Amino acid sequence: MKKIAVSVTVNGRQREALIAPRMLLSDFVRQELELPGTHVGCEHGVCGSCNVIVDGKAVRSCLMFAVQAEGSQITTVEGFSADGELHPIQTAFWEEHGLQCGFCTPGMLASAKELLDANPDPTDDEIREAISGNLCRCTGYEFIINAIRSAAKTLRDTENKKTLQPA
Amino acid sequence: MASHLDTNVIPPSRQREAPRAGMTWIGQSIKRVEDPRILSGKGGYIDDVTVPGMAHAAMVTSPHAHARIVSIDTSKAKALAGVIGVYTGADLATVVDPCPSFASPPVPQHAMAIDKVRHVGEVVAAVVAEDRYIAEDAAGLVEVEWEILPANVDIEAALEATGDAVLHPDDRESNKALDESFSFGPVEEDFAAADHIIKRRLRWNRSSAQAIETCGVIAQFDPFKGGYTIHANSNFYNFIPFVIGGSLRVSPGELRIVPVLTGGSFGSKVFTHKIIILTGGLARLAGVPVKYIEDRLEHFTNSDSHGSDRLYDAELAVSKDGTFKSLRFTVLDDYGAYLQFGVGTHGNAMAQVTGPYQIGSFAMRVIAVLTNKTQQGPYRGFGSEVTNWVMERMVDATAAELGRDALELREQNMIQPDQFPYMIPTGNIYDSGNFQEVLGQAKEMFGLDAWREKAAKLRAEGRCVGIGVATCMERSVYGPTEWWSLNNRETPGFTLTSTPEGITARFDPSGKLFITLNSPMVGNSPETVVTQILAERLTVAPEDIVINYSDSQSGFNGVGPQGSRFTAMIAGACVSASIKLEERLKRFGAHMLQRRPEDVELRGGMVAVKGLKDQEKSFAEIALTSSFFRLSFPDGEEFDSGIETTAVYDHPISTDPAEDRSHLGIFYPIVGHICHIVAVEVDPGTGKVEMLDYSAVHDNGTIVNPRTLAGQVWGGTANGIGTTLSEQFCYDSEGQFTNPNFAEFAMPTANEMPRNFKLGHVETPSPYTEYGIKGGGEGGRLGAPSALTSAIEDALSNYGVRISALPVTPPILRGLIREAGQSAAG
Ligand code: FES
Ligand code: FES
Repeated sequence: MKKIAVSVTVNGRQREALIAPRMLLSDFVRQELELPGTHVGCEHGVCGSCNVIVDGKAVRSCLMFAVQAEGSQITTVEGFSADGELHPIQTAFWEEHGLQCGFCTPGMLASAKELLDANPDPTDDEIREAISGNLCRCTGYEFIINAIRSAAKTLRDTENKKTLQPA
Repeated sequence: MASHLDTNVIPPSRQREAPRAGMTWIGQSIKRVEDPRILSGKGGYIDDVTVPGMAHAAMVTSPHAHARIVSIDTSKAKALAGVIGVYTGADLATVVDPCPSFASPPVPQHAMAIDKVRHVGEVVAAVVAEDRYIAEDAAGLVEVEWEILPANVDIEAALEATGDAVLHPDDRESNKALDESFSFGPVEEDFAAADHIIKRRLRWNRSSAQAIETCGVIAQFDPFKGGYTIHANSNFYNFIPFVIGGSLRVSPGELRIVPVLTGGSFGSKVFTHKIIILTGGLARLAGVPVKYIEDRLEHFTNSDSHGSDRLYDAELAVSKDGTFKSLRFTVLDDYGAYLQFGVGTHGNAMAQVTGPYQIGSFAMRVIAVLTNKTQQGPYRGFGSEVTNWVMERMVDATAAELGRDALELREQNMIQPDQFPYMIPTGNIYDSGNFQEVLGQAKEMFGLDAWREKAAKLRAEGRCVGIGVATCMERSVYGPTEWWSLNNRETPGFTLTSTPEGITARFDPSGKLFITLNSPMVGNSPETVVTQILAERLTVAPEDIVINYSDSQSGFNGVGPQGSRFTAMIAGACVSASIKLEERLKRFGAHMLQRRPEDVELRGGMVAVKGLKDQEKSFAEIALTSSFFRLSFPDGEEFDSGIETTAVYDHPISTDPAEDRSHLGIFYPIVGHICHIVAVEVDPGTGKVEMLDYSAVHDNGTIVNPRTLAGQVWGGTANGIGTTLSEQFCYDSEGQFTNPNFAEFAMPTANEMPRNFKLGHVETPSPYTEYGIKGGGEGGRLGAPSALTSAIEDALSNYGVRISALPVTPPILRGLIREAGQSAAG
């Protein structure tokens, strides 16, 4: 099969590869880029565990071909933490016990980040709605909702502190 | 107690650590130590593992429920570039033998079908190729010619099948795999003396755990050593070499199973032996390491983990005043095409079949039926979730027929706090409990009285609002006799009686405490639990404890997380290990302090002289000195270098079944208790159920980590809600599985969960386990279906709807409402 060159920015790093046009973005990220944090639960677009952030939107990487992401900015779970520090959303999942087996977690984190980027102070119903495209078989969701609510507060507090500081 | 139980003597307790107040780590909701690596995407699940030279497998599966394989043409597939090999069942059989079976006599099963397929999704050929895409392309090129046979879909009709419709004609004349009857105590007399006999026909339909990660394996065969190295997301990796070595034609010692972090199990990954045998055989045939990860469709149709699928004809004998006297039933269970675990799910249910009630006798006839569906495996509850529901349905039915309040009837028949340990008719004991306290707390938390008033008012306004209360048992810490005690007594099969859990603990010379576990992490919290218990016992800081997992060759005994056993069992192993470590720390430390071992104690990570400040040596110093400076200590093997121990904990209290099965012995004695109360509103126009309020109180004995326990309860409750309201595997008359995907098999999302979930705990410690810990991994699913069913029935009482089958999806509920309306009108 003829291969196509693809070039994307993943977690801030420019990545290029020659791939089959039918390669899914999920497989590209996991296998070609060796970032296995993105998980594949159903490969038919329902469970959301493969969610990654493409140009600011949480998308199903199992429903997208890698070549469609040409030129995009992609964030996977590996790009959430930096310098050995968990992202505040990750920290909140840890503190609120928002994961058990952790298989759905990368997708949940992506959905949560998309929500909080757009809506820093969501209601519980908005949180529910935002993660209603992510299946979790372990937690019953309650602690995930707690985690996202708590992450929102942490992020708001940090934001407030920044704006209060004299330039 | 009835005389058939006279020979079932309760052994003395082996508990060493009684529960106590004011512990430092046990009982704290510490953050899980497993989480940072998982959260950062570095968990290491099965599909994250690669080995050099690895190829990928894809399967050719049966589109038919029941068919003969006339021919398989693999030539086109073999010709595709990138394909390493294409193999049929006959090819696989040159290197592997049939799968193991706990059924006795066994129902033969091959990891890849030979001659005949017995369910949709059964594997008939496999491709090994350079990558999965090519493997799947090639799988599509394999041509199979079929001769279609009649399919068995209905549980009762399957029993009548003859001729070509019989699944295993070489081994069995009919589709009845097992038919055994048991009677425990004076059942006949109790029924003869009863004032009322309440009868119900109850149906529990098929679904399964569907963890978000499917099963997967990476197998390597070493032709020179003749052994396998296998990565697998199995729960049971230290045990399975002994079960499947024969199938892979190697000795157990030549089979190295390497565990991985597992993306959820709920029972579905207990053994995963078929996929291990299949992938192992492919690796041997292809001569390269092979990775095979089930896709979701294969997980639905071929993963051998479908849940219970039962039809009960149940009877409860009741006296005039509402006292329950005896329970009996005949149960048909649709096990699908094979019978890997025998009727272990019914053995399990015998642990608590009479619920929290004083019922003096019990009888059962269990018939295992073979049909053209994927075979059953474990799913959270392992059969007891069904009998809990049956018992609670029978109580509600009794209340309805006697015109009694269902809750009052429960309270009247409940085992009282001074009756423990309580032996039920089957011989199992309930070690301890206070059901009244659990119920009391649940009522209060829920605000039952206020809710009853409110519901009455809303019902008067014409709204369909109802309340359901379930009081159920949650057995934990299984003994393995449940796997075989119901087998035919002449051929009981492998009569296993051990379920040990082991641990290795070592202070390295820097003072870190390195732990090796022998059971994997499957979404439970093994590392957190062990950290909390060892920090408690050894006064070590949690951050100084490092946890690793053995493989099946380097490790010791371990049975894994299942049957709500792991926390209680590993706690026992931690106690054993820490007793030994403490002894060694004190011996070396005392010598360094020039004291006698009896004059020192463990204090804040130090060996310290009792009653004296500043007279102490840190564990790090002791570990270092004992590891590197042998000449600082006297001769004699008690000062052999280093501080290390391996310890194991056996089941705290179990006994054999009676030879004649007049009782089944003690096999699941560490019992929790749960009460779920839920208020629902049903929209009679659409059949949609909304949960208005939900309270659950669980008694799981001493709690190690309240938050992780709460997570288990929540998650189990979500599973139970799915079981009740939306999850069912559907088959058409040809045996086609019509909804094997996440879009049509509707598992609850965040939107389907109750908004006002309140959770409470009562702690009645077990007198038999260390610290009084009980298991709590299954409780939510053991209680939610009963409570929800009651609530829905109550909400629709104006329509006279009676619920006798689960799930009650909106269309099903609509049907029931319509039917009830018609019969009322007629
Ligand atoms: S794996 Fe992409 S949605 Fe399930
Ligand atoms: S934590 Fe296991 S699926 Fe969500």
